[in-house]
Amino acid sequence: MRDVAIVAFAQTRHTGHDTGLSEPELILPVINEVKERTGLTRFGFTCSGSCDYLAGAPFSFVSALDALAAWPPISESHVEMDAAWALYEAWVRLQHGDIDSALVYGFGKTSLGDLRTIMTLQLDPYYLAPLGLDQLSYAGLQAAALGAEREELDEIVRRSRADGRANPYALDLPDPEGDGLVAPPVTDGAAAVVLAAGDLAGRLTSSPAYIRGLAHRIEPHYLGMRDLARSVSAADAARAAGVGKGPVEVAELHAQFAHEEIILREALELTGDTVVNPSGGPLAANPVMATGLIRIGEAAARILDGRNHRTVAHAAGGPCLQHNLVTVLEG
Amino acid sequence: MGNRCAVIGVGQTHYTTRRHDVSIAGLVREAAVRALEDAGLTFKDIDAVVIGKAPDLFEGVMMPEAYLADALGAAGKPVTRVHTAGSVGGSTALVGASLIQGGVHERVLVVAFEKQSESNATWALSTHLPFSASLVVGAGGYFAPHIREYMRRTGAPGHIGTLVAVKDRLNALKNPYAHLKIPGIDQKMVESTPMLWEPIRYLETCPSSDGACAMVLAAESAVTGTPAWVHGTAMRSEPIFRADRDTVSPQAGKDCAADVYRQAGVTDPRRQLDVAEVYVPFSWYEPMWLENLGFCAEGEGWKLTESGATALDGDIPWNASGGVLSSNPIGASGLIRFAEAAQQVRGRAGEHQVDGARTALGHAYGGGAQFFAMWIVGREKL
Repeated sequence: MRDVAIVAFAQTRHTGHDTGLSEPELILPVINEVKERTGLTRFGFTCSGSCDYLAGAPFSFVSALDALAAWPPISESHVEMDAAWALYEAWVRLQHGDIDSALVYGFGKTSLGDLRTIMTLQLDPYYLAPLGLDQLSYAGLQAAALGAEREELDEIVRRSRADGRANPYALDLPDPEGDGLVAPPVTDGAAAVVLAAGDLAGRLTSSPAYIRGLAHRIEPHYLGMRDLARSVSAADAARAAGVGKGPVEVAELHAQFAHEEIILREALELTGDTVVNPSGGPLAANPVMATGLIRIGEAAARILDGRNHRTVAHAAGGPCLQHNLVTVLEG
Repeated sequence: MGNRCAVIGVGQTHYTTRRHDVSIAGLVREAAVRALEDAGLTFKDIDAVVIGKAPDLFEGVMMPEAYLADALGAAGKPVTRVHTAGSVGGSTALVGASLIQGGVHERVLVVAFEKQSESNATWALSTHLPFSASLVVGAGGYFAPHIREYMRRTGAPGHIGTLVAVKDRLNALKNPYAHLKIPGIDQKMVESTPMLWEPIRYLETCPSSDGACAMVLAAESAVTGTPAWVHGTAMRSEPIFRADRDTVSPQAGKDCAADVYRQAGVTDPRRQLDVAEVYVPFSWYEPMWLENLGFCAEGEGWKLTESGATALDGDIPWNASGGVLSSNPIGASGLIRFAEAAQQVRGRAGEHQVDGARTALGHAYGGGAQFFAMWIVGREKL
């Protein structure tokens, strides 16, 4: 495989409410930021991730192109998934050897609708969706299957919210009260990453975050066909990406609920030495469709700025961690 | 360019207005199983799955790849969901090919579908994002003014669109999977149908279809059966809102064609390509794309159509399968073009086979004629 590195990452200061910005307006500043940081204005390939159902209208990615100044026309693609998978598509495209740079971005305005209910529509439309299970219902089923201690779950939320308060891009959220399931916040935001291959990476930054492993796997859709207390696909992806080949200093996990962090730590075989979600993670800011890419960006940023040498990022899709992507980054 | 990639299996469903007998999962599985059978393989032999479809609002299922993983034997594998508007079928094939060209996988299953009977596509196309104008006119209403501008610029006579509508429907009569099979189709019948969006008549538009198409792609070391070798792949996008963008002959289309021709060593597409499957959802897009894709000089496309060059027995047959005008499960329509191009060079196109076809173009476009995906496939390795 060809050496590919993350050389720049930018994200919006995420908000818990609609600021009135359109999607292209949300994206434009982060695109400009990574362009300025790398000095690149044209890229060999561009790929984005978003989901039409957040806006309740088709073709979110069409207007997003307006933020790119895609003229002359660009080589470009889009996944209707978290932008972590757009990064995967761009990484694959860079393996061809004929281009050296790629721009990846993702965006989500979850304030425009009722996200908890909207997520119901990703379930099997004939058998599951009509039951009306919303995102909290199926997360609750998974939490029950895991059966973690209340204290452990609360501590994860408290730690995530505290880290989020120290992260200028995340939301300023209070510690949880009561003993219910703590849901990720409704969040509007966007993120962008620049990938560079071969010699270009070293020319653009003194400390590129090299992608040493990148893999994803899906599991059966039906909740009854899986052991919800474990994530086989996250474990398989982690093994394929080579997480265990060295110490993991920091792991940024796409854990939208506290119990998911416990399941993912086990799947990725993270030890107690690994710092999990120092950014605050999705419990502190969760711009759906950008959240996974932000995990990769946060893990890369720690290598780009010299704080760490080996970090891991994880992105998830589908109900109850059905689909998992794992990236290993090294300085 | 990367490693060599070949199409080793193609599977299609019969395209029709309503498939009440299958779920969405049943529909995609039908196409996938046929593609695997064609390749002599099973789901176990597949390393990764790439799914494409047009907007989720078309069926009312958000990110359906999650639910479709089981039906496509994808559990334990990587799944990617592509969405690039009408060009998505083509882009899906290209993402699948990229996984092989990039050396990541040996065998990839690509599947694209639309089950339009589950919802209302015109409604889904007519809702709009906040802060942006909605014309509430559907696709035909959007493209009709561009067609009128083409006629104004080139002086094309009004019957050219009719010729394409008849030609593609005659070809569809030879294609067992085609949706619209209209016995006795002729110019008079097309002209007798209502005007929907001047100058587009009812029979100059594509139908709404249920259907799925699948392909098995393989690396050189994993080829089984009869391969169609991928000679070039390209995608291009341009913004929908740009004041001096030429919507009649978009720059992204020209650039995409130039890129794929360069990779395949094509300098004269009309002479060097034997057959082309081109995304023509409204009949007038044949002469328009003939020019955009460099098959002739600007202003000459309608003359090529009128001369019969693009007919099944012409020197450069376009849409021997009947094209989008005869079957349009939107998300799959681009992949069908790519798959039909492969079938032609594999010699597997049945009654609509172009004799001796060795090199073929697959083309798809989407959005406001701003997203393009193309590939060239050949009987021989390049």
